[in-house]
Amino acid sequence: MRAKGTLSGAGLQREVQRYRHFTRRAVVLAGGQVLLLAALVSRLFQLQIVDSERYKVLSDENRINLRLIAPPRGRILDRFGTPLADNRQDYHLVIVAEQAGNIHATLEGVAGLIELDEADRSRVLREIRRKHSFVPVVVRDNLSWDEMARVEVAVPELPGISVEQGLTRNYPYRDTAAHVVGYVAKVSEQDLTGDPLLELPDFRIGKAGIEKAQDLALRGTAGTRQVEINAFGRVVREIARVDSEPGRDVVIGLDMAMQEFVTQRCATEPSVACVLLDAVTGEVLALVSSPGFDPTVFTDGLKPAVWRQLSGDPRHPLSNKAIAGTYPPGSTFKPVSALAALTAGVLTPETTITCTGQIQLGNAVFHCWRKGGHGTIRLRDAIKKSCDVFFYETAMRLGIDRLAAMADRLGYGAPLGIDIPGEKGGLMPTREWKLATTGTAWQEGETLIAGIGQGSVLATPLQIATMAARLVTGRAVVPHLFRPAGIMTPGGDTAAPDFAALDLDDDARARVLDGMYAVVNEPGGTAYAARITEPQFAMGGKSGTSQVRRITQWERDHGLKPDQIPWKDRDHALFVAFAPVSAPRYVCATIVEHAGFGSEVAAPICRDVLREVQRRDPARQVPASNRVAAAGSAPAAPASPGAAPALDNQPAHDTSTTGRG
Amino acid sequence: MTALPPGLGRAPLHLVERILGLRWDLVVLVSVVAGIGIAALYSAADGNMQPWATKQMTRFAIALIPMLGAALLGVRRWFRIAYWTYIVTLLLIVAVDMRGFVGMGAQRWIDLGVIQLQPSELMSLALVLSLGRYFHGLGDDNIAKFRYLVLPGLMILLPTALILKEPDLGTAMVLLMSGLVVMFIARVRLLAFGVGIVALGMSLPMVWKFLRDYQKVRIYTFLDPDSDPLGAGYHILQSKIALGSGGLFGKGFLHGTQSHLSFLPEKQTDFIFTTLAEEFGLVGSLVLLALYSALIAYGFAIALRSRNHFGRLVCLGIVTNFFLYVFINIAMVTGLIPVVGVPLPLISYGGTAMLTVMFGIGLMMSIYLDRDVRLNRAGEAQPD
Repeated sequence: MRAKGTLSGAGLQREVQRYRHFTRRAVVLAGGQVLLLAALVSRLFQLQIVDSERYKVLSDENRINLRLIAPPRGRILDRFGTPLADNRQDYHLVIVAEQAGNIHATLEGVAGLIELDEADRSRVLREIRRKHSFVPVVVRDNLSWDEMARVEVAVPELPGISVEQGLTRNYPYRDTAAHVVGYVAKVSEQDLTGDPLLELPDFRIGKAGIEKAQDLALRGTAGTRQVEINAFGRVVREIARVDSEPGRDVVIGLDMAMQEFVTQRCATEPSVACVLLDAVTGEVLALVSSPGFDPTVFTDGLKPAVWRQLSGDPRHPLSNKAIAGTYPPGSTFKPVSALAALTAGVLTPETTITCTGQIQLGNAVFHCWRKGGHGTIRLRDAIKKSCDVFFYETAMRLGIDRLAAMADRLGYGAPLGIDIPGEKGGLMPTREWKLATTGTAWQEGETLIAGIGQGSVLATPLQIATMAARLVTGRAVVPHLFRPAGIMTPGGDTAAPDFAALDLDDDARARVLDGMYAVVNEPGGTAYAARITEPQFAMGGKSGTSQVRRITQWERDHGLKPDQIPWKDRDHALFVAFAPVSAPRYVCATIVEHAGFGSEVAAPICRDVLREVQRRDPARQVPASNRVAAAGSAPAAPASPGAAPALDNQPAHDTSTTGRG
Repeated sequence: MTALPPGLGRAPLHLVERILGLRWDLVVLVSVVAGIGIAALYSAADGNMQPWATKQMTRFAIALIPMLGAALLGVRRWFRIAYWTYIVTLLLIVAVDMRGFVGMGAQRWIDLGVIQLQPSELMSLALVLSLGRYFHGLGDDNIAKFRYLVLPGLMILLPTALILKEPDLGTAMVLLMSGLVVMFIARVRLLAFGVGIVALGMSLPMVWKFLRDYQKVRIYTFLDPDSDPLGAGYHILQSKIALGSGGLFGKGFLHGTQSHLSFLPEKQTDFIFTTLAEEFGLVGSLVLLALYSALIAYGFAIALRSRNHFGRLVCLGIVTNFFLYVFINIAMVTGLIPVVGVPLPLISYGGTAMLTVMFGIGLMMSIYLDRDVRLNRAGEAQPD
């Protein structure tokens, strides 16, 4: 130890003190570690020396090995029994070296029957050299039925060769219903529940969609096999066997033919979500989020490159936009405002409001999408022409509380509880919500904007479709996929789920639906160009165009065209529709991301889908042949230049939030 | 009082001097252990380089670069960026957690090609560095005051809670204990630990709520392994059979039976020790433990030789972290403690664990090279 005061004095003195204390603690720490290491050594000594004999016996007994037999996973079927997920027999050719004798000759014989290139052959020879001679080496996998048959016949002349089969999950429709069906993948640590099945190396469990929601039913129960194995792991003989119990088939209400039709129809735009419901039963007949993804990429373990590509795509192929994408509903929300206003009595069908193109509230000006205004109009025309000022005024008279209460009844603001994971609840703003999230009081201007489905209002396409279903039935319809009744039989389903009545005013409901009829079927309606011309199939609907980003004053002054705006900043196009107007059975909601005007882009999709679904009528009929015409053969949109005023054609530019549609 | 001419003997080492001064014997020691790991992976794959051994070799070769890089960076630099490494790592953990939460399924890694980096494992190093800096700058009179322990306490608990929620019980535990050990050697009063232990004990029911079902099952099975012979207890039993049947000299390389028969899950990662112990017996197990002990003793020697408090704390922190991984892993496979899932350093298949250990050893070498540098409270070098 140094004497006090040498070198830098007190500082050094402190440092010396510090070092001494440090050394003391370090010694304690080292002692602790030595003790723990000693514990390990003594434990190893006990296991490997003292108890070694006992474990050697157990090791031999391990040769009587209990092996699990994985049950085949249940299939997922659509309402007519079309498999959306099943198990594919996977045939592979294996060779056992010790039985083959002359391996080269055997491989030569195989090559005479099926294609076997030089790379395959050298791989087989390499693996045989590396592995125990009784271990089967795969010669070729994914044999076709034909190849399998050819080899099977010749097996007696090919010593050591045999055909083995396994099961892999198969999705016949690939990306067409991937968001609904989901996919299976390797079991991760968080999935383990103690079920030994989950610990089998090749076991797969549902990770998304129906595969996840119905996993326990689909999974089945493990069987067991007691086998005797020798010291090298070769199975000598089977001692006992309890067969596995296969997973149950799960039937969902989807109509795969419609799903295919909708998917093809949606593929005409970059990024679309479309929901088709049976309004009476709440069954989801088609649910498309486009673009989709191939579920098989998850089955064999996701490659980082594929993950990067899927997760980096700005169109979000992995996300199910139909239930998890939340968008301002825009003008598709106006039926909610209308119904709320009629119910509350702040408006009658005869009430007139004058639209001059804008409305003043304090210092703020709220614009209508139509610069010159709509003049003096009543509710029916206001829906038909999607007048914003009319609904600003309506919302102002109504107040946010009554508006939010009606939105809540029609399914906005909270998840509907569809039976696949990942659903979002959207948002219906209220005074309490505003205070809780921002700490500031509700402004009346926000009520106005909420009245046209902009501002903080957010909804999923599923919610918008459900709104329409509730509107046409007057019941608290809940959309769902699982069909407890199983495959639909000819004659159709009679028992519809008994949804509680919403206690809506029937007259008010009829008025709103009549307005939506006018939107599509009367000249001057925003979606007249997208009407269904067959009278028995006629639909009613409401268009919407929701802003992704505020339009700046500069853009307003310069009249920027949509194609001059970056894709991700362009407006979303929405449409919600029901059909047939006489007795509505089907509802459809479509959102085309960043596509511009709802009446131009989204309405034709709803029209084509609703026309096709009415022709097919999957809610009531079992088709003779389970096929529909390809989407391409559907008649093109009736071109009506000049005939019907396509009101959405003129871009409306505004500094304040404006709903157009 | 003699004032030394400035710079004499204490000038920052030149890069060439640093390279010449590297402890190559330490590099050799690390390579030997990693070599044993590659052999074990070769055996676990039934005598194949695929799918694990080749990739592990590549990872080791790549991890040598950050190791040497860490060694060549001076201790003053490490002192200066200590808090930043902590903040960046913490943000990375939050980022991957968020992404796992938002995206589909849990992808708690950052893809770097060969290595899928899990920031939670890197946290142990970042935590040790920033605790080292904190306690280096804290005077002896202040260390006895509780209020100066709030910040380091938070530094430990914040990432621990995040990692526990991921959920990664093993990594969270090691992180917590490493942090506590650094506080211990920094001379935090024992009373503070007493208070901490009581508080921790009281929060246990809350931690229990955090645990997933499978983790609870593991703890139950540890308490009563026979309750579930085909479930979680099965693994511990199979692991013990593999070890025990290895005997004194083992069954010989590639001649293990138990560990090859797919009786064991994760035979290439958390249970890799059983493969070694079955094939090389008690002798092999002890040789490996001896190599680990040599690495740990090396760390202690460097710490005791360092003339700056920061280096001493960081060095012992790293060594303790390393020790904890070794101890918990072997104690787990021998059935001394419940299965918590931590890798065996330098042996288990896995990129981040390899990278973390090698990086830590690089830091130790940096501390060794700058063993004579004195740092004042602000981290500036000062003559003595």
